[in-house]
Amino acid sequence: MVDVATMAPRKAEGDASAPLLELRGICKTFPGVRALDDVSFPIWPGEIHMLCGENGAGKSSLMKVLCGAYVADEGELFHHGEKVEIKSTLDARKFGIAVIFQEFSLVPYLSVAQNIYLGREFPGKIPGTIDRQKIRSEARRVLGMIGSDIDIDAPVHTLGVAQQQIVEIAKALSQNARILVMDEPTSALSDTETEHLFGMMRRLKAAGVAIVYISHRMAEVFLLGDRITILRDGKKVATVLPDETTPGDLVQKMVGRKVDAIHRRGANIKAGEVALDVKGLTGPSGISDIHLNVRAGEIVGLCGLVGSGRTEVARAIFGADRVTAGEVTFFAKRFTGGPDEATRRGVALIPESRKAQGLALIRSVGDNIVVAALDRLFPSHVFHPGKASKVAQAMIKKLRISTPSARRAVQVLSGGNQQKVVIGKWLTADARLFIFDEPTRGIDVGAKAEIFALMYDLVENGAAILMISSELSEIVNVCDRAYVMREGIIAGELSRERLNEENILQLGMHHE
Amino acid sequence: MSQIDAAAPKLKLTLSRDVTDVAYRLLAVALICVTLSLVSDAFLTANNLLNVLRQASLVFFMASGLTLVILTGKIDLSIGATVGLSACVAATMIKSTGSPWLGAAAAIGVGSIVGLGNGLMVTKLRIPSFIATYGMLWVAQGATYYYMSGQSVYGFPAGFRALGSGYLLGIPIPIYLMVAFLAIGYFFTKRTTYGQQIYAIGANTVAARLSGIPVNSRLNLVFVLSGAMAGLASLIYLARLNSAEGDIGETLTLPTIAAVVIGGTSLFGGVGSLFGTFIGGLILTLILNGMNLLNLNANWQPLVTGLIVLLAVWLDMKTRSKTDSN
Repeated sequence: MVDVATMAPRKAEGDASAPLLELRGICKTFPGVRALDDVSFPIWPGEIHMLCGENGAGKSSLMKVLCGAYVADEGELFHHGEKVEIKSTLDARKFGIAVIFQEFSLVPYLSVAQNIYLGREFPGKIPGTIDRQKIRSEARRVLGMIGSDIDIDAPVHTLGVAQQQIVEIAKALSQNARILVMDEPTSALSDTETEHLFGMMRRLKAAGVAIVYISHRMAEVFLLGDRITILRDGKKVATVLPDETTPGDLVQKMVGRKVDAIHRRGANIKAGEVALDVKGLTGPSGISDIHLNVRAGEIVGLCGLVGSGRTEVARAIFGADRVTAGEVTFFAKRFTGGPDEATRRGVALIPESRKAQGLALIRSVGDNIVVAALDRLFPSHVFHPGKASKVAQAMIKKLRISTPSARRAVQVLSGGNQQKVVIGKWLTADARLFIFDEPTRGIDVGAKAEIFALMYDLVENGAAILMISSELSEIVNVCDRAYVMREGIIAGELSRERLNEENILQLGMHHE
Repeated sequence: MSQIDAAAPKLKLTLSRDVTDVAYRLLAVALICVTLSLVSDAFLTANNLLNVLRQASLVFFMASGLTLVILTGKIDLSIGATVGLSACVAATMIKSTGSPWLGAAAAIGVGSIVGLGNGLMVTKLRIPSFIATYGMLWVAQGATYYYMSGQSVYGFPAGFRALGSGYLLGIPIPIYLMVAFLAIGYFFTKRTTYGQQIYAIGANTVAARLSGIPVNSRLNLVFVLSGAMAGLASLIYLARLNSAEGDIGETLTLPTIAAVVIGGTSLFGGVGSLFGTFIGGLILTLILNGMNLLNLNANWQPLVTGLIVLLAVWLDMKTRSKTDSN
């Protein structure tokens, strides 16, 4: 195939002799992770450049390098052919780069006009004052450029998501942005709003603005993209033209053939009693009509894109979020309580955010290990530090948690050891059904293998596991079967035979 | 600095943080005592020292309940107003029935009800504790004014007054009570599962909830205990003053918070101890006592209290950042 990465795009507007911005050999390393590895591609004026890849492929890191939130370890950036450095968000703004994140950075109680010119207010005649009229007229002009008729005096919190997004875009344009980076901008929009946004993007494109567009929706990628760059494991796989590729081919490139250190379990699974049975679970967190079950001895995956509702399902099952319909059954007994009741019933939630939700960081390793088992260990409510310490010591030894002492604050431990403390907490509480939400996030390869070995050990001994993971290879290698979520619903179930990355992506992506 | 150099002292400090926190404070108490005995002949007399402890005991009763609330990461600003309301209800109860026991039950009952109100506002209505208890401050204060309608109640039976001003074996009775409650409180916080859960909630409320701790019922518990301890404090206050007026508790809240903070309990929750609060109250009382002995103008007292609070918090942050940073 012709490498189109270096070609000027078709239909390029304005001066196409040099790209607006060119990335050459961009690398970014974090402890234990190579987030970006030798990524190069040019961004031409007047093109919509699609950026595709699995979760963790490096899209977010690349976005952060472009907007100056991260500084690349290696590699060069060329702006209009001249070598430049982006060391801060100020630098990025100087070169006309603006990023529209999924989380907007607007001030809810200020007006549309005030938000657009926030921090860059025009001075009034009297020193120290602000020229409100000029802010309003300029805001109106910028919004006019993209054909929007939003009320410039409306407080931003009264606007819908789509309109807030337009304000963000207007804010970027008011700073003379020539490169707009958009992170899944349609994820919260209705069909009509999406149409409207696309119209606006085409107008910007005609005006010579380059748009770098991150999307998980196949239809968009092919509808809008002038070129498509695929990332995988921090590396650029290819830049292709939409005419010369197919959705299947794209998925193939995103998944690749990965060599994995994770040992797949033997095929002889002895599935026992139903540990978890969920029927029609629906809740205000955006999940609807969830049906799934997990048997003792099984590891069942729950996958789908970030934001598809996986964590919300886990929380609803555990009783941490309100539900409006459906039922949850633990070990053949109906469950309607909160996390305290779930804990008593032998259910464990290992949350996605270890530090924010799984551990009391300022407390000791020992305190964290016994915290969910206090009622079980001390039924008379009299706490014996000696007994607690003995239990904690045993768990530290059993899970090989690397800490100098059970009295050490848990915050000084490594990510992998912290995760073991969370698991130890639930082993101490005698849990039999474990819900793991991204169990290996931020953990190095060696510790990952240990966590999986622990999980295998658990199911060998009759526990049941529901595992959420964004790493498809983990789901494929570790799970006995998996459910795939898409936009708050279960899009499908994959048996062991059909459990592979292509099928997961097919079910999890949007094909409207 | 090499890695080993950096790690060694860190480990030592982390292991003994609770102990060092208290040790620093005992050192401060010793320093203040030595200084005061050098500058004033009246300080090192049995009479004065017992007086200091009696004063400290009043602070301790209020501050102990508050410590539990602050350990969970919440705050109770209604303490003083609760003391006032409990004292006034107890005072009229004792006057009308002649029974100190009924009065005691009323004071602790009123305090508990106010505390339950605070707890429910925080757990059921999800009002931040700062606002909920601030509102309760005015409600309880207003209820007290309405209840007393400008009157004062005074002259209680000698048996009741002994609670505040009596002696047993030459030592004021409130001091016995303080020692008893310090022991009970220590047991509750360090040797019961409830105490462990209170620390866990303060260290990370979300994690505590997701670890199966019934967070709301524990929060209700600490607010009720805070109110009940305020009720108990009001009895001793009443017995000592031998009279009750509508404004009796008005100035008590802020010094109580000062005692907790000087005692090393973090306003963010999860760190601190009742013993620290006892010492915090003692430091506060000693300084005020010293100022009295030296005939310093009483108008300086709030300023000095404020400076001590700031100094204590600053020193805590300094020692803790040393253990946490690297």
